[in-house]
Amino acid sequence: MISFKHVSKSYTGTEKAVNDVNFEVEQGEIVIFLGPSGCGKTTLLRMVNRLETITEGSILINGQDIGELNEIELRRKIGYVIQSNGLFPNMNIEENVTIVPDLLGWDKKKKHKRYKELMQLIGLDPGEYRKRFPNELSGGQQQRIGVVRALAADPPVMLMDEPFGALDPLIREKIQDEFLQIQREVKKTILFVSHDIDEAIKMADKIVLMRDGEIMQYGTPSDILIHPKNEYVSQFIGRDRAIKHLSLRTIAQLQEEIGLVEIDQSIVDSKQVNVHENLKDTLAMLLNQEADQVIVHDDNDEVQGAITIDRVQRYLHLEMRQKPAQSGGKEKVME
Amino acid sequence: MNEYLEYLRINASYIWGLTVQHIELVGIAIIIAIIIGVSIGIYLTTNEDLAETVLAAASVLLTIPSIALFGIMIPFFSLINQGIGFVPALVALVLYSQLPIIRNTYSAIKNVNPAVIDAANGVGMKRRQRLVRVEIPNALPVIMAGIRTAVVLNIGIGVIAAFIGAGGLGTLIVQGITRTDMYSIVTGSIVVSLLAIIADTVLLLIQKRLTPKGIEN
Amino acid sequence: MNQKKIIAIIVRILLYAFVIGFFVYAGVNGYFSPIFEQSDTFWVLVGQHLNLVIISSFLAIVIALPLAVLFTRPRFRKYEWIASNVANLAQTVPSLAVLALAIGILGVGFKPAVFALFIYSVLPIFRNAVAGFNSINPDLIDAGKGMGMKAGQIFWRVEVPNAAYAIIGGLRTAVVLNIGTAALAYYIGGGGLGVWIMTGIELFDNAYLISGAIPVTLMAIGFDYLLRGVGYVISPKSTRQTADTATTT
Ligand SMILES: Nc1ncnc2c1ncn2[C@@H]1O[C@H](COP(=O)(O)OP(=O)(O)OP(=O)(O)O)[C@@H](O)[C@H]1O
Ligand SMILES: [Mg+2]
Repeated sequence: MISFKHVSKSYTGTEKAVNDVNFEVEQGEIVIFLGPSGCGKTTLLRMVNRLETITEGSILINGQDIGELNEIELRRKIGYVIQSNGLFPNMNIEENVTIVPDLLGWDKKKKHKRYKELMQLIGLDPGEYRKRFPNELSGGQQQRIGVVRALAADPPVMLMDEPFGALDPLIREKIQDEFLQIQREVKKTILFVSHDIDEAIKMADKIVLMRDGEIMQYGTPSDILIHPKNEYVSQFIGRDRAIKHLSLRTIAQLQEEIGLVEIDQSIVDSKQVNVHENLKDTLAMLLNQEADQVIVHDDNDEVQGAITIDRVQRYLHLEMRQKPAQSGGKEKVME
Repeated sequence: MNEYLEYLRINASYIWGLTVQHIELVGIAIIIAIIIGVSIGIYLTTNEDLAETVLAAASVLLTIPSIALFGIMIPFFSLINQGIGFVPALVALVLYSQLPIIRNTYSAIKNVNPAVIDAANGVGMKRRQRLVRVEIPNALPVIMAGIRTAVVLNIGIGVIAAFIGAGGLGTLIVQGITRTDMYSIVTGSIVVSLLAIIADTVLLLIQKRLTPKGIEN
Repeated sequence: MNQKKIIAIIVRILLYAFVIGFFVYAGVNGYFSPIFEQSDTFWVLVGQHLNLVIISSFLAIVIALPLAVLFTRPRFRKYEWIASNVANLAQTVPSLAVLALAIGILGVGFKPAVFALFIYSVLPIFRNAVAGFNSINPDLIDAGKGMGMKAGQIFWRVEVPNAAYAIIGGLRTAVVLNIGTAALAYYIGGGGLGVWIMTGIELFDNAYLISGAIPVTLMAIGFDYLLRGVGYVISPKSTRQTADTATTT
């Protein structure tokens, strides 16, 4: 859907803010640009809607070089959300939300209908907020408006630059969940900047991990967690992050969530383990190549199935995504 | 006191006439000044180098004492037979208004939150759309404040215009001085002050009215 | 980008050309001749003008600054709005009127002119000084107290340096206005370069006009630069910004 081909950007002529970046984004994926401050995430993102010029290389959307498109039309087809929400202070909420449809010349009725749909999507009462202005909304509400404003004309692609960065952690988790919920319905292709590894693991289908304008690793969150490509990546994600996480979980919990796999009888070298064993030690066994699969027993010594590295990875990914759902108690405190 | 009321009664229509003249002079000047100043201010936001030059020139202009500016202009306007009277006075007032109007327009637009400008570009606004829909509305209160400053300034300078035969309320004061007539002096002063206060108040109300609801704090 | 630079340079050149052209034209037509032909009178007028401005400005500073300090002390702060409103109101009285009214009190001559200029200068100096003191972040004063500074030390080491730029700004406004108003002092017999300007207007004599107006203009621009320089030298960099931005009130 979106391809980055040898994309480089230099502001100064000498140093490169983005250096020879190559990757592909599939339709409907959330791809998160992750990395420390100044590594070029924002620059890379803003080249996609040509808010920054591309110094070298090209970006293609559906096979079409964006350099050949009219930049105004391009931007209207790409939703753009920024950290400080950038709502227009002189326009009320309805005008803000429907700005792109308005620029596209939709009629009044259609705009208003769209406004109502979008507000319902984020659970804000369309009537109540219609005539309010951005400064009369809470930070979290403003950020949501920022998101639906970008969605208004139903663009296939969304660019989001630390959209939830300015929010406090509790509201942030809530909005992340809400956003994932919306994404399940709208299925946009989303490029998303973050420097928060937890956010990236939770939200991303793929992560682009960057340093000094270069891609260090491109892959799924569990890929990056479990197979960091180099020292920098493993340092960035925190060496024992995944492991720590797994030490808190047992095979039984994994079984309940995603089930075990059938025992592969062709593998002779398999170990036996109790279902209440924690996943960290189980994974350690698998990684130390003590075994390619571990056969799981329950307390009555009955065989439940087998577990593999792949299975643990999948569980991990799922877990990271679901984390806030389990902290349901917190949400009640809000609002 | 009675004598003074008698003076007012006799001269009411004369004073009124001068007031109208004064308002006309300042009013026409300010309309021209707004058209020129706001356009220049907007253009300057796209050209930093020029902004520096123009703002410096306008601020030098504002330091020129009004009577001296009239003095400098008269020889040139007399070349086109407009040496004294309405035209040089109008030109002077327009010139004096430029600094507050240009500076406020320029810095108000420059100071619109960069995130908002970024968002305007991001949603695909063209340059003109961004100006009309985002930059000007958000800059309007500060632009209006500049216009207010200019109007109050001009009402005061309009008094000096009487020296070069442009009429207006300065005439009352000048006549008062030459005839040592305190009534004229006091009346002229009070009416000018009132005019300034009323103009300031009315423009402040307009400024409040024009301020988009979302940018009041 | 380049094109814009070119436009900027062209405009700058045009402005300079305009000023130079003016001086050349005026010189060629003999508009500066009174300065040379009657140089004694000229310097007398310049002296009178400077005296008017300097004496009245000095008096205004001596009165306005202590008042501004007084009205920004905690005990008197609640009355500050009265003072500020009076100052605002008085500011709308035209300068010529202040001169004219001085006749009513002191008659004509140099003294009433100085008095009028003094009255007219007090206000901007007072207003700016009050604004300067008020704009100081209260945390700074708290920090001073926290370090065990005495009231006097806080005043001289924290308040004055931070308000200095605004105070000088007020002074600049006052002096520039004052130079212009002093040019009207001729009308009440106060002398100064206004004598030639008015003579020029009355006699339609361009030479007197220009020979009066240009020195007054240069004087105003010169004092403006001078005081701007003083402001830059004596004030900490960080305090300048707030005073320089566009006004909203
Ligand atoms: N307009 C600009 N002009 C010059 N250099 C720039 C500009 N914008 C960014 N840079 C430089 O390019 C590099 C990458 O900046 P970028 O904003 O893309 O980083 P980032 O990864 O988004 O950082 P952050 O997490 O702090 O937002 C930095 O070194 C930055 O200083
Ligand atoms: Mg960034």
